[in-house]
Amino acid sequence: MNKHFVGDTAVLLGRSLRHIARSPDTIITTAIMPIAFMLLFVYVFGGAIETGSDSYVKYLLPGILVITIASGISYTAFRLFLDLKGGIFERFQSMPIARSSVLWAHVLTSLVANLISLVVVIGVALVMGFRTGAGVSGWLAVAGILVLFTLALTWIAVIPGLTAKTLDGASAFSYPLIFLPFVSSAFVPTESMPGPVRAFAEHQPVTSIVNAIRDLFAQQPVGTDIWIALGWCVGILALAYVFATVTYRRRIS
Amino acid sequence: MLAAMSIPPTTDRVEQAVISVQGLEKSFTQLKVLRGVDIDVARGTIFALLGSNGAGKTTVVKILSTLLRADAGTARVNGFDVTAQAAEVRESISLTGQFAAVDEILTGRENLVLVARLRHLSGPGVIADDLLRRFSLTEAGSRRVATYSGGMRRRLDIAMSLIGNPPVIFLDEPTTGLDPEARIEVWQAVKELAEDGTTVLLTTQYLDEAEHLADRIAILHEGRIIVNGTLDELKQLLPPVKIEYVEKQPSLEDVFLTLVGARTNKEQR
Repeated sequence: MNKHFVGDTAVLLGRSLRHIARSPDTIITTAIMPIAFMLLFVYVFGGAIETGSDSYVKYLLPGILVITIASGISYTAFRLFLDLKGGIFERFQSMPIARSSVLWAHVLTSLVANLISLVVVIGVALVMGFRTGAGVSGWLAVAGILVLFTLALTWIAVIPGLTAKTLDGASAFSYPLIFLPFVSSAFVPTESMPGPVRAFAEHQPVTSIVNAIRDLFAQQPVGTDIWIALGWCVGILALAYVFATVTYRRRIS
Repeated sequence: MLAAMSIPPTTDRVEQAVISVQGLEKSFTQLKVLRGVDIDVARGTIFALLGSNGAGKTTVVKILSTLLRADAGTARVNGFDVTAQAAEVRESISLTGQFAAVDEILTGRENLVLVARLRHLSGPGVIADDLLRRFSLTEAGSRRVATYSGGMRRRLDIAMSLIGNPPVIFLDEPTTGLDPEARIEVWQAVKELAEDGTTVLLTTQYLDEAEHLADRIAILHEGRIIVNGTLDELKQLLPPVKIEYVEKQPSLEDVFLTLVGARTNKEQR
């Protein structure tokens, strides 16, 4: 690895974070949709949903956090696409810098931006009555899962960011990711779903992630869900990283 | 025809070539863009690569700046092979692409500091302030680039390319899309570069630009260099000078520059 990797990544990360600081709308729009879903489901549909939990916002929050990440990562594709279009990407590539730091800076920016959005969403949930007795270790475990999940989805986002032909194409890929939580245990217990849907819901990554976070917040034993959740996150992360790196190499050679 | 157009061999080979290209070929799927390009550029000179749109000028620049890989042929920049020693080439060059490669959300000064940091130089702030002064951007330095005019963007773009004093600079169509005043500003900047010993390879589709700036001019046509020489040598390719008396009408450019010129000169100095 290039000796300048850490330094170059830090400089480029500083650049992207400045972008975010100057257009905080990217964080606001990331947080608005999940907050709207949360309001809608808690105050409109929630009364009719039987979850077996004492408060619906408590049941709902983990799924909302997943949606927050899924909508937030599309900005990585967006920013990467703009860099490629604008010519600054070529400037970086023709300079004596560690080449992978260009991608890593975007990935770390996504992590920072998503963590801010998540804090905003959790803040709104607290106002809406979300309470947890989870201690420091519980919160750390939740944060760990969310960080891994953000990194996994961000590396997926890098691929359309590098290959898209239009700006819309670069960010449209995230729509299916946003709707994946709807066919999971995020909004309603999977037991209420008909056979094939239930089978899908119980074996897709969002359900295990949502269940693990829910158990951590409720201070329940997490069981196997957390290992399945970690397995999904690490698996997606590794696969997306490899594909993104290959795409990047092809793009710059 | 081609044989008749060739330049005397004394000037054909350049001694101490900083950029040396032989038999460069590049295809994009079906399209053969470069069909064997040979170029030598001497240290401290301005070399213009002239050609119409789609002639392959940008492809040559991209190969020389390690952004593209050639299919065949060799290219050396500052003594380093562009494929085998890409990292060393990147240390020696700077690229100003066809579209101003500046960060619009950052200020002009922040753009310069960014590049200075990425070139691992000490005192990035001092370097930035110095370049802002040299390119008459001091006042605009703290403004976001999104508010800059085309000429200011280009000047900032070129200023960013000078950071770290790379011995070789590639300028890909540096004045395309600029108004006449901005073009002259850019020309001035390029001339000063060469006076300081930097080797400049620029591409252009404007004949007057090559005429104004270049020590040597090569014409790239259908993937090959069809002529390569100084302006005088190129002129000799055509029949001897005919003397005609023509009423000298001011061109629109003359009129424009005379009318707005007073202001421009004041700003430049």
